[in-house]
Amino acid sequence: MKNEWPLWEVFIRGQHGMSHRHVGSLHAPDAKMAIKNARDVYTRRNEGQSIWVVESNHIAASSPSDKGPLYEPSESKVYRHPTFFDIPDDIGAM
Amino acid sequence: MYAQMVQSTGKDVKTTAEMTPQEAAFQARIDAGEKIEPKDWMPPAYRKTLIRQIGQHAHSEIVGQLPEGNWITRAPTLERKAILLAKVQDEAGHGLYLYCAAETLGVSRDDLTEMLLDGRMKYSSIFNYPTLNWSDIGAVGWLVDGAAIINQVPLQRTSFGPYARAMVRVCKEESFHARQGFDAIRKMAEGTPAQKKMAQDSVNRLWFPALMMFGPPDKDSVHSEQSMAWRIKMNTNDELRQKFVDQTVPQIEFLGLDLPDPGTKWNEERGHYDYTDPDWSEFFDVIKGNGPCNVDRLAARNKAWDDGKWVRDGLLAHARKKAAAKVAAE
Repeated sequence: MKNEWPLWEVFIRGQHGMSHRHVGSLHAPDAKMAIKNARDVYTRRNEGQSIWVVESNHIAASSPSDKGPLYEPSESKVYRHPTFFDIPDDIGAM
Repeated sequence: MYAQMVQSTGKDVKTTAEMTPQEAAFQARIDAGEKIEPKDWMPPAYRKTLIRQIGQHAHSEIVGQLPEGNWITRAPTLERKAILLAKVQDEAGHGLYLYCAAETLGVSRDDLTEMLLDGRMKYSSIFNYPTLNWSDIGAVGWLVDGAAIINQVPLQRTSFGPYARAMVRVCKEESFHARQGFDAIRKMAEGTPAQKKMAQDSVNRLWFPALMMFGPPDKDSVHSEQSMAWRIKMNTNDELRQKFVDQTVPQIEFLGLDLPDPGTKWNEERGHYDYTDPDWSEFFDVIKGNGPCNVDRLAARNKAWDDGKWVRDGLLAHARKKAAAKVAAE
């Protein structure tokens, strides 16, 4: 068996009440060490308040070739944006 | 520069007519400034060249810890020691960001490590020069990391997404490195005559090796054209070297030190400093493995890898045992 530590993806919550954001990846033998390593690698300058790690092979991802069927339908639905509607100036903020 | 002489296709760049439709579509995306992501289709040679380039860049960060690590225990004050420790720790992080970017191309981390350890992959020539005294540590931070910044800033716009994002993180941290180096050598340059002499000696010894970091002159740089078409190299070696000279000469003058190259002269017509080329035969010799510290550097990396094996294996065995116990309990 190959003894390479598995790869983990690291997500950090920044300081301003934001959601966790993907920052990179690292190798670690288990989740506990992955969090410790993530702390050392990705939060050395106050970048984080919370860390999530997930083993990379547990991430399911869409395929680049599915771009068309997945995202093109929304291109023709301009009415989903508020700017589609003409609101008279007299109405004020809406 | 941290990646010097990265082998590309070695052939002329294909014209659009010579490309397959897939290759042409790929090139069009790059020309439009789009980022290529790991799961996107890419020409095999693009992938291979990038693995070489990012891998070499990562190895340089890791091996680059050695000349500086050498002086952590002998830093002149506790504050300088803490700063140097933080700097060297950053380099480990930079290596890690880059290894992760390379791994998205389908190469494993351990494979990359092994290729460094057995000499199949290179690292920057600069780290095969010794750091003889504390003043050299200042000069390395200032000149070597200063040169690294010039190379890495444009790479933030490189075509491969994970590489570009790694460079953004690296660049954020790199200016701390250059500034702490400048601060350290400034202290020496403004110190006693003996200290100033040491500072001068460091600059004299490290100037030409720093110029070599940007790789061979453009006329001898056989792999640049394809890499530039792919936007994994953003500027030519000579362009970046000139930028480094133009930026650094006034800093040397500010420190009150003599210019290490008597051939340095402001050229009004070009709007740049003229400078003497480094001895390229020395550069090629260092790349081949014959620099002052090549043997020591690789021996230190091999020792660290071998000595750490029981820790890596032990932690993995522990993790597997825990995971098995958890499955059994469910």
